[in-house]
Amino acid sequence: MEAPWLGKSLERVEDLSLLRGQGQFADDLATPPGTCHAAFLRSPLAHAKIRSVNIHQALSMAGVVAVITGADILAHSKPFITGVKVEAPHYALATDRVRYVGEPVAIVIAANRYLAEDALDAIEVEYAALEALVDPAEAAADTATKLHPSTDGNVLHERSFRYGNPEDAFTKAAHVVETSVHYPRNSCTPMECYVVVARHNAGEDLFEVTANFQGPYTLHTIMARSLKVPGNRLRLKTPPDSGGSFGVKQGIFPYVVALGVAARVAGCPVKWVEDRLEHLSAATSATNRLTTLKGAFDENGRLLALDYDQLEDCGAYLRAPEPATIYRMHGNMTGAYDIQDLAIRNRVVVTNKTPTGLMRGFGGPQIYFPLERLMDLAAKKLAIDPLELRRRNLVPTEAMPYTTASGALLDSGDYTRSLDRAVEEGGLSELIARRDAARTQGRLYGIGYAAVVEPSISNMGYITTLLTPEQREKAGPKNGALATATVSFDPSGSITVNTSSVPQGQGHRTVLSQVVADALGVHPSTIVVSSDHDTNKDPWSIASGNYASRFAGAVTGAAHKAAMKLRERLTRIAAADLNIPVEEVEFGGGKVYARGNPDNALPIARPAAKAHWSPLSVPDEAGVGLRETAIWTMPELTEPDEADRINSSGSYGFIFDICGVEIDPDTFAVRIDKYVTMHDAGRLLNPMLADGQIRGGFSNALGAALYEELAYAADGSFLSGTFVDYLPPTAVEVPDLVILHDQSPSPFTPLGSKGLGEGNCMSTPVCIANAVADAVDRDITTLPLTRSRLAGLVMATEAEDARSVPVAPAPPPGEGHALRGEGSTMVPASPADVWAVILDEEKLASVIPGCHELQNLGDNAYRADVTLGIGPVKGRFRAEVVLLDLDEPRSLRLVGGASGPLGISQGEGHVTLVETPEGTRVDYHYAVRISGKVAAVGSRLIDGAARTLINSFFKHLVSQTTNQATGQTETAPAQGLFARILAFFGITS
Amino acid sequence: MQRLDAGLRHRVRFLLNGRAVEGDAEPRMLASDFLRQVLGATGTHVGCEHGVCGACTIRIDGKAQRTCLTFAVQLDDCRLETIEGLTDDKGDLNDLQTAFRRLHALQCGFCTPGILMSLDQLLEEEPEADEVRIRDVLSGHICRCTGYQGMVDATLEVMAARRNAAGGEE
Repeated sequence: MEAPWLGKSLERVEDLSLLRGQGQFADDLATPPGTCHAAFLRSPLAHAKIRSVNIHQALSMAGVVAVITGADILAHSKPFITGVKVEAPHYALATDRVRYVGEPVAIVIAANRYLAEDALDAIEVEYAALEALVDPAEAAADTATKLHPSTDGNVLHERSFRYGNPEDAFTKAAHVVETSVHYPRNSCTPMECYVVVARHNAGEDLFEVTANFQGPYTLHTIMARSLKVPGNRLRLKTPPDSGGSFGVKQGIFPYVVALGVAARVAGCPVKWVEDRLEHLSAATSATNRLTTLKGAFDENGRLLALDYDQLEDCGAYLRAPEPATIYRMHGNMTGAYDIQDLAIRNRVVVTNKTPTGLMRGFGGPQIYFPLERLMDLAAKKLAIDPLELRRRNLVPTEAMPYTTASGALLDSGDYTRSLDRAVEEGGLSELIARRDAARTQGRLYGIGYAAVVEPSISNMGYITTLLTPEQREKAGPKNGALATATVSFDPSGSITVNTSSVPQGQGHRTVLSQVVADALGVHPSTIVVSSDHDTNKDPWSIASGNYASRFAGAVTGAAHKAAMKLRERLTRIAAADLNIPVEEVEFGGGKVYARGNPDNALPIARPAAKAHWSPLSVPDEAGVGLRETAIWTMPELTEPDEADRINSSGSYGFIFDICGVEIDPDTFAVRIDKYVTMHDAGRLLNPMLADGQIRGGFSNALGAALYEELAYAADGSFLSGTFVDYLPPTAVEVPDLVILHDQSPSPFTPLGSKGLGEGNCMSTPVCIANAVADAVDRDITTLPLTRSRLAGLVMATEAEDARSVPVAPAPPPGEGHALRGEGSTMVPASPADVWAVILDEEKLASVIPGCHELQNLGDNAYRADVTLGIGPVKGRFRAEVVLLDLDEPRSLRLVGGASGPLGISQGEGHVTLVETPEGTRVDYHYAVRISGKVAAVGSRLIDGAARTLINSFFKHLVSQTTNQATGQTETAPAQGLFARILAFFGITS
Repeated sequence: MQRLDAGLRHRVRFLLNGRAVEGDAEPRMLASDFLRQVLGATGTHVGCEHGVCGACTIRIDGKAQRTCLTFAVQLDDCRLETIEGLTDDKGDLNDLQTAFRRLHALQCGFCTPGILMSLDQLLEEEPEADEVRIRDVLSGHICRCTGYQGMVDATLEVMAARRNAAGGEE
């Protein structure tokens, strides 16, 4: 391989250490001596007031250094700022209320993680449960319980936009097509979870934090403000390697503040490594969104106008940069289509779910799911082929660069050519033949399409579109997308590069070496690029970080610019040394040489070293030293105008996907038969890495389409706490792809390149949904298309007109882990004897396994402290049960539950004693609801286990009664009443 | 079997990539934590701590196993191979590592050590494995970056190359 290096599939320099196990991930780095370890106590309830937090016992436990609570957070930090001015304060720990399962309530700092987790169990929190709001539409209702009491309601932001004359277009339209869809919660779940190491230098009030943060560095300002220090006193370092992020590690920032406060209070460095349950339940999520989209079509299928009504669910708090998800696509809400009339209504609601944030494709799947479904529905209604309908509406090539209705400047592309190439080179006609053949055999085979504009390099001003022009005027303009890069020659003449791109596996070091190698005529392997970052030492700016696919277009541009500045200076030095005019200096092969006379040459290290060793010999205009920092932004990235038009991104790629699926008629499993994805992301810098990004994005999107959902029960219990409940696709599910490229260079980025890593997260979920809809001839209005969801969809409407019964837009409320059951058992004893056992407190105390203490609270109320285990997990529980409606000896009601670190259950049982000739018939029925850790990690097992246990509870009661009545000693270690109540949530001793 | 006291640390000795190592562990300490925190062998990563993601996979007495589901004390007297020992005798990347690099089978590299150890066993024990079998083995691992295709291709390529080399020697 030889120069030019850009455009070549250079193997990655990163791999040399990663493949040897010598990566330097956050948890691999040495920590300061005396570092203690943190464990978080988290809310088991979705919505509750915190009555009290008792840390007394926890503080006395082995190895415990400190316990941090909401009181410490109130004393040492401020709430996080967010783009919407509302009274909904969000702190790093819950202070007075919890608003989602997994919300941090306290932190134990101890000598090691094992001891810290031990002490979590000893913290007693008293909660008063409040109504949980899970469904965004219900939460948005005027009458809904308010999550944040000082707000006017749960809709924290609402704005409507109007571009062109959409009302007129809808009036004149020959056809109006409408769809209502729900995009679900999901996450790309990087394999490495969050890691934070924090120390506080009390003398200087300086926080030093190492975290696998990914940016955007707007959040640095928010973290520093929350810690009550200026930016230069929050020294934030990121490690050389990061185990994936996909946007997710943006959500680490509240933990930087939490651990900063913890280090300050504990007086020692503290380290926290998030575990997978914490990550799935409480780290972050894509927003779930309810959208109603209407399209106005003329009689030829030209799409004249779109009307979006979007209800965005951001979870419990508007955590910065939210509500960015709903504005990220604002400039390109018309997708790949030429539409100048557009209406948008945006509402953002809070619910009792985990706060949302950056996620690969950020805001894209939420708009393209309704838009590309709408195109298919319109094609059906207008009886036009869906491919042809799309082709008719694409932005015309001659219109490039094209300004969209809402203000995006689509920089380059030939969408029609790309679509046609995808059809031809992707083998659509063969795919259609395959579908026809399958259908004649009665098989369920479908083909789907999706056309998508993929924005990259976010305009720092796009979020301010949520403000009115007057509010923006007052706040001052926000715009641009600064990227920084430093290139330097050291005194030996070798080159180092450093940027603030904070990579998580994308291969930035390799690509930057290609960029700089081409600019300076050296071999990329001679360049060292560092990927770690330190806010007190390295150049950075507000837009720094790895998000919005800004590397390929923006960061490489800054590096190119810095390298070219060095090249210019070296040219002057070399011209003097080679004794030629500057115009004749050439770079290549690690040398500077005279054009036309390559023998007149010097190794590049010579003039470079001269700038260090002999600065007085360097021509004046070249300047001394050889280090250049370039800061780059785009003039096209202006703030929103007075009509709310915003060029929300610096560049816009194009994607056209074609997908063939076959669905198993018995299991409803979806098999991807073929997937073709055509990308035009401008100039490709490293084709191998570009394809890697496409494959990765596709894999995430396949999960979103078919398997992955961060699921909640109606009471806000979180149900997807393991990788057996939350299902990222494996090598068995992810097919090979046909990847095609067009390359229409961006006129606006220095190297003509655009981002391309997020596009499939926008195009693939809806492309698969369209294919499935085609296969089963049903409307698809939500994801993921799990087997059970598809089975319900197909089988529920089998006898009816398919189109008349769409899937419910919101996920079915369901009962989560509400267990119900009933039974009946005969006891050979009188009702009075049975009654006596149920109310025999002493007897109960002696037989409850693991019981530390049994208290009679009076009025037939009991409390027991017990230690029990579920499999290998052991926990302490407090059970409280009240016997009510005592009708001796005929019936009673048990109400109560148990709580502990593993979870909370609340339930009710009714017992009726009926006298019969043989003795007593005991009839019972019960309902129990389970939340917390047990629900999150054990939901697959819990139903069956709990049913068995609850049934056996009554059977054992019977045997005990029998023993009592007949005076026999117990033959087996009997289980007590409380044990069985604990068993209500599947816990066995 | 020796009964271990929960409150005490116990000496654990084993061979790590051919080298004798030892350290002290409470009975509840996970093998993954022992490797990383006690021995400083941080090449083995922890991704889920419930045995699904496969990132922490190493070879224990030849068998690919999850270290997050293994206690450190269970390693006593065992022979362990981890990512740190996968390079060839000269310290260069072996054929599988080289193919991973050439075919872009890794991005962030966090899941890679566990995957390489599972494939290392597969290559040794089932040199004739087909793509279906390779995907089956890989399905014990979660990778969020790559979509797995590079891993499948790399494994097939190494299997073919090893067969050719073996054929050439005969």
